[in-house]
Amino acid sequence: RGAGAPRDKNEKPYLLPSVKEAEKRIVESGWNGVQQKEYAGITGIKEFCDASVKFAYGADSPALKENRLISAQVLSGTGGGRIAFEFYARFLGKGVPVYMPDPTWANHLPMAKDAGLSLQTYRYYDKNTYGLDFTGMCEDIKAAKDGSIFMLHACAHNPTGVDPTIEQWKEISALLKKKNHIVFLDMAYQGFASGDADKDAAALRMLVADGHDVMLAQSFAKNFGLYGERVGCLSMVGSTTEEAQRLLSQLKILIRPMYSNPPIHGARIVATVLDDPVLNKQWYAECKGMADRIIEMRTALKDGLAKEGSTRNWDHVVDQIGMFCFSGMTPEQVEKLKTEYHIYMTKNGRISMAGITTKNVGYLAHAMHAVTK
Amino acid sequence: PTMARTHLLLASVLLLPALATCTTTSRWSAVPQAPPDPILGVATAYNADPAEMKVNLGIGAYRNNEGKPIVLRCVREAEKKIANDETAMKEYLPIQGLEAFRKVTSAVIFGEDSPAVKEGRIAVVQSLSGTGALRVAGEFIAKYNPGTTVYISDPSWGNHHTIFQRCGLQTKKYRYLSESMGLDIDGMLEDLRAAPEGSTFILHTVAHNPTGVDPTQEQWKKIAEVCKERNAILVFDTAYQGYASGNLEGDAWSLRYFANELDMELFVTQSYSKNFGLYGERIGALNVLCKDKTTADRVLSQLKTVVRPMYSSPQLHGARLVAGVLNEPELKSLWNVELKEMADRINEMRTALVGALNDIKCPLPGPQFADWSHITRQIGMFAYTGLSEAHCKVLTDKYHIYCTKNGRFSMAGGNPGKVKDIA
Repeated sequence: RGAGAPRDKNEKPYLLPSVKEAEKRIVESGWNGVQQKEYAGITGIKEFCDASVKFAYGADSPALKENRLISAQVLSGTGGGRIAFEFYARFLGKGVPVYMPDPTWANHLPMAKDAGLSLQTYRYYDKNTYGLDFTGMCEDIKAAKDGSIFMLHACAHNPTGVDPTIEQWKEISALLKKKNHIVFLDMAYQGFASGDADKDAAALRMLVADGHDVMLAQSFAKNFGLYGERVGCLSMVGSTTEEAQRLLSQLKILIRPMYSNPPIHGARIVATVLDDPVLNKQWYAECKGMADRIIEMRTALKDGLAKEGSTRNWDHVVDQIGMFCFSGMTPEQVEKLKTEYHIYMTKNGRISMAGITTKNVGYLAHAMHAVTK
Repeated sequence: PTMARTHLLLASVLLLPALATCTTTSRWSAVPQAPPDPILGVATAYNADPAEMKVNLGIGAYRNNEGKPIVLRCVREAEKKIANDETAMKEYLPIQGLEAFRKVTSAVIFGEDSPAVKEGRIAVVQSLSGTGALRVAGEFIAKYNPGTTVYISDPSWGNHHTIFQRCGLQTKKYRYLSESMGLDIDGMLEDLRAAPEGSTFILHTVAHNPTGVDPTQEQWKKIAEVCKERNAILVFDTAYQGYASGNLEGDAWSLRYFANELDMELFVTQSYSKNFGLYGERIGALNVLCKDKTTADRVLSQLKTVVRPMYSSPQLHGARLVAGVLNEPELKSLWNVELKEMADRINEMRTALVGALNDIKCPLPGPQFADWSHITRQIGMFAYTGLSEAHCKVLTDKYHIYCTKNGRFSMAGGNPGKVKDIA
């Protein structure tokens, strides 16, 4: 399965009950008791933005407490990233490079280009270990010109599923600080990576505590199952309250000629869920359930491959985090999987774990062993 | 020893300021405070105003007789169906949007019998209302016609210039509004004729924003001739179809003439914000009418490459609502009824305002005006009153009546109870 949208154990797309309940309430009772579909303002639904940043940064984040954090509702992770890149191009200069991990989500590249930035990569995935090339990554952070823009995946790196450990994050943070680099974080899987939303946000929170004035693009596509409603939040930490307001005013200038103001429905749903203690708890369990199922499938796939007699090291299937498994299979092997076994994945061997179920994991293990033995 | 201590003390006092200036200044210290949006900023100011008696004539959002926002009955029905449908998933839409929506939206604007619709030679993408459609159009135009200059009416919706400049294109103005608040057709034709070949012209399909002054059919024909002669890239901005007169066909006459009778290639942006009351749901479409289906298919593929790095794919809800109404005959009929209700009420408001102004013999905003009739002659939801920026400031500061500083009143924002106060 190619695209990153979860399935339940019967391969059906999964609509979270907490989300459906929130939607019903909104349709029935309106928004704050009023039936209306008014423009939300350039930065979107306020309750949504407030709940989003609390969710990401933690209620006791110094940035929040010191009122140095601004936010705007955006069109999911893509929309957030695009506005972030346009901001950098406007204030740091057109053609300035953004450093992206090698590899990264394919869409990041045209997002940066269309926004007016140029592209650079930093070493990330080690194809020999199926893990992180930490030495290479640190070297590249050091080698970049001071004050460069560095895009990092906050958790569950897409497409590799390889994340730095918290100790490695500490070193990365120190290096970034030394080089005065600009930190942009893409967080599309909070809560969905490990099942623990605070754990998944640990890197972000540490970077903020270390004093980085980060920009964060949050997506609620996966963790809320709200893919098609395009719900996201773009936030920025300023050095002072006054600066944060200036930054916000400039984000608005970029949003207005793109789509004026964001679509209300999905954001209202997220705000309703996060702000209602009962629904919040229910949602958290549902999200954890999704994460757990994927972790189960990882184990099942690895065990299945061993059962098939594969002598290859498949540890990375279980070690990698989040929705994707960077299998290490070659484009030729991937092609064979398609033509001979009708199994679909992207050419780079990235498997969407959400497409795996108890019913098909045996078949997948069999096919993967057949093409890799 | 005392001398040494004094020296030390002095030294430390002198050093401290130096240390203070050694702290790094923020990398964003040069980022200036941007001014508030001229239109959306009005609502912000209005909301912040604690006055009990205040009126918002800024944003073009419809209000009922009680001054309350409404959701159309047809939309409510469609929405309840979605909420109660346990099988309605929230998967990603394709980049070009909801198929059920794309299939019907072109027919709304071009007419079901439009040859272009029947021959499938319109590239359609669901867009983030009118703004989103214009931005995608602008990026596409800039990619394939980078040297084109974009001509925008004077005055126009302010965001027009910002959008096309953001796409890297130069914008210019063409004369539009005459001294007497009518259409300066000669000035308009002269300016368009003087534009370089291959320029881009932004035209308002109906209910010109902010003036409410539309060309007559005869004037549209003359405009079409110039557009053809200049081989211009045409963008029809359609934000008020059905909402202007209550009649969907009538409101679309201008671009249907260009599309169906003159068989011209067009960019047509649609917004369902006003005519469906779906403002915050951000639902619209970009239609690119091409000479043939092959071209339309290729254009669609390129529109998708503009959309994907901007927001990947559009949102479900608004598209489902519009498709849900348009694909259900009873709901579609109801929509037509509600459109007429809104348009009629707005026209009543115009008449009531002019009546109230005449009743109190309100002085005219300038020597070029003989009376207040320009307000009732104008089409659509805005009254371009002729009030100056200074007048508007007094209205806001003293009377808590909010409007954009060009004297544009959103008549949908008024209600009969407040007309006398406004007058």
